[in-house]
Amino acid sequence: MSEVVVAGHDDHHDHGPDKGLARWLFTTNHKDIGTLYLWFSFLMFLIGGVLALVIRAELFQPGLQFVEPGFFNQMTTNHGLIMVFGAIMPGFVGLANWLVPMMVGAPDMALPRMNNLSFWILPFAFTLLISTLFMDAGGPNFGWTFYAPLSTTYAPETVTYFIFGVHMMGASSIMGSINIIATILNMRAPGMTLMKMPLFVWTWLITAYLLLAVMPVLAGAVTMMLFDIHFGTSFFNAAGGGDPVMFQHIFWFFGHPEVYIMILPAFGVVSQIIPTFSRKPLFGYDSMVYATASIAFLSFIVWAHHMFTVGMPLAGQLFFMYATMLIAIPTGVKVFNWVSTMWRGSMSFETPMLFAIAFVILFTIGGFSGLMLAITPADYQYHDTYFVVAHFHYVLVPGALFSIIAAVYYWLPKWCGRMYDESLGKLHFWLSFIGVNVTFFPQHFSGLAGMPRRIPDYALQFADFNMISSIGAFIFGFSQVFFLYIVIKTIRSGKPATDRVWEGAHGLEWTLPSPAPYHSFTHPPKVTDAEAHS
Amino acid sequence: MASPSDQSVYYIPHNGWYPVWIAFGVFMMLAGFGTWLNDVKAGEAATDWMSFAGLGILAVVLFFWFSKVIEENQQGLANEQLKRSYVWGMGWFIFSEVMFFFAFFGALFYARNFAVPWIGGEGDKAITGVLWPNFTAEWPVMSNPDNTLFPAPHESMAAPGITNWVSYLPFWNTVILLTSSVTVHFAHTAIKDKARGKLIAWLGLTILLGILFLTLQSYEYLHAYHELGLTLHSGIYGSTFFILTGFHGFHVTLGTFILLIQFLRSLKGHFAPKDCFGFEAASWYWHFVDVVWVCLFFFVYVM
Repeated sequence: MSEVVVAGHDDHHDHGPDKGLARWLFTTNHKDIGTLYLWFSFLMFLIGGVLALVIRAELFQPGLQFVEPGFFNQMTTNHGLIMVFGAIMPGFVGLANWLVPMMVGAPDMALPRMNNLSFWILPFAFTLLISTLFMDAGGPNFGWTFYAPLSTTYAPETVTYFIFGVHMMGASSIMGSINIIATILNMRAPGMTLMKMPLFVWTWLITAYLLLAVMPVLAGAVTMMLFDIHFGTSFFNAAGGGDPVMFQHIFWFFGHPEVYIMILPAFGVVSQIIPTFSRKPLFGYDSMVYATASIAFLSFIVWAHHMFTVGMPLAGQLFFMYATMLIAIPTGVKVFNWVSTMWRGSMSFETPMLFAIAFVILFTIGGFSGLMLAITPADYQYHDTYFVVAHFHYVLVPGALFSIIAAVYYWLPKWCGRMYDESLGKLHFWLSFIGVNVTFFPQHFSGLAGMPRRIPDYALQFADFNMISSIGAFIFGFSQVFFLYIVIKTIRSGKPATDRVWEGAHGLEWTLPSPAPYHSFTHPPKVTDAEAHS
Repeated sequence: MASPSDQSVYYIPHNGWYPVWIAFGVFMMLAGFGTWLNDVKAGEAATDWMSFAGLGILAVVLFFWFSKVIEENQQGLANEQLKRSYVWGMGWFIFSEVMFFFAFFGALFYARNFAVPWIGGEGDKAITGVLWPNFTAEWPVMSNPDNTLFPAPHESMAAPGITNWVSYLPFWNTVILLTSSVTVHFAHTAIKDKARGKLIAWLGLTILLGILFLTLQSYEYLHAYHELGLTLHSGIYGSTFFILTGFHGFHVTLGTFILLIQFLRSLKGHFAPKDCFGFEAASWYWHFVDVVWVCLFFFVYVM
């Protein structure tokens, strides 16, 4: 491998950031782009959160209080779309941008201009999507899974903008993945072999392959919708020999790997944080890598467990049930390794560690309810109830989202050179932890009792659990505004951070000064055993 | 930061105005196209300037962007490692394209093997069979479940017996595309042999074959629409036929255009035996559309 150096010339320091808006519009720097992604992700998180609070406000009591049912549908749909494609995915891409080049000892991402394009497509894509909420016909109202024919024959005309928005998000994800793959496979410092890479890099490498494989399939699905709506085809219309169920198959062929796209990088984050605060190397590094790869492979052969009730041959149901349950094995390996890493460690409980431990516990709860849903005959009862809502919010909120928050607390001192306020961070953690459980734990019960999802009104017996849930949602929502305050306070007036930041931290990024210089490794770093898994 | 002679440096452009304009151009193009589609569907006066303006921005900015990259390469800024990034990038981009076609092939497979037989009453648990009791499952579907909504074609594109392939247009299109894959390979060999005349001749021939393919494909479409009654509206057979061949044709168009750019670059003498990735990427793309066509020929036409 040729050397990854920015030359010994002393002219590199006139390549600091540009001034003003041009810096952000035209930047090719992985840190600037990472920052853009992370702020964009937070903005989308707030917008998606407001929609969630509209939903929870309406559901605070039975009966119709605040919004019309049609508008309620727009809220559930756009809440899902914005959180999945606008908050979680760009959040992880932002982390990848900031961290992958620093972790592998590269000067930047492999394809810097395309990196800028991957980001700047997103604000335009979401402008297209969110603007539909203000149009006469109303925004998408067919659920974030946009099943045909709701999203074709019966869709509002704004579905056309939704389709093109999804195309743009897909293009962004594909370019981002190509960049991450090229960076990891081509830009590692000499000595950084694959099995020495930090686990965050490994999980993102595998995630990037998942994205490359399924985002084009999603593009194909929305393209067929576009043709059904505007060009008279009948892919999803049985009157012309097509099949609405076919839409669900194609969608979930994308959709199931998609949920691992949102959780594998989270596994990576947690696998960086837990060893640091346990002051022990990660237990079972190799098995973590293999487990991640196994989960990624299995994600392609389990999609129909989302549609057990739709009508499928028995052999299909059995196959998808068993294949789904198989995922519990590599996931169990991971949970075992995290716990074993902490076992007899010299542990301390700073904010990132609190979020990481909460991740392990609460994600496992989400995993168990997933296992329940995988049982085909049981799923006949759970399908489309609040039990499903509770399940996927447990894996996405205290799962994916907590890991992003943990990552921000963990690496923010490296990014901006300042420490956050530990007591504020802990307060934020406890508010979030309580808020998330108060919101979503009762939904297991209302779901098992039969409350359907995606409805603005409900039978009286669900009133208490819904009221608790709504109170939790508002606690959780406002805690994240508090998070924004903590981050801004840190950037503006936090205490200076040391270069290593955490005494137990290992990895190339901690060998750089805090804040990390504009260009990471002007000389290729020497990869010592202390900074790599060996 | 990188001096042209220093090959140990991974060149990182300081900044660039191209990407954000591309994003804006794509936004204009798609927002405009969506508005146009909705207006047409609603029967209102439709304007198309916005999508064309977006397309224009896209084309102009791409031209400047690629020119810049070529210029940087000629200045010697791109070292071996950067070129390897391009190789990885193009390779995995083609993989994503394969997955895009996979979605449509999957739809064809599902419709043909599951959806249509079920509507025709196959299987003892499905109730789909009772919806249209008179519907008989066959492929190609020559009579749709609801023939007023989706008028069935009079004739399909299915291949005749192998002895009649001489008069079968898709067969000749297969021959043309396979030949063009060979000619583009000869053009590559010519670069390696530093034979610019041969390069220009073989590459030019490849482009002509691409155009010939597209011409015949257009003729086939006209034939389908005017004589066979096979349209986008004619049910699942027409839907899968046109989306697969249509997106393939669109990719051939793109591929031909990319090869044309490489042709113009050959005329300028841009390529050297060890420095011709622009050409190689174009040829990989061409081989990819060729492979997709072979799959199409078997799964859409022959089987």
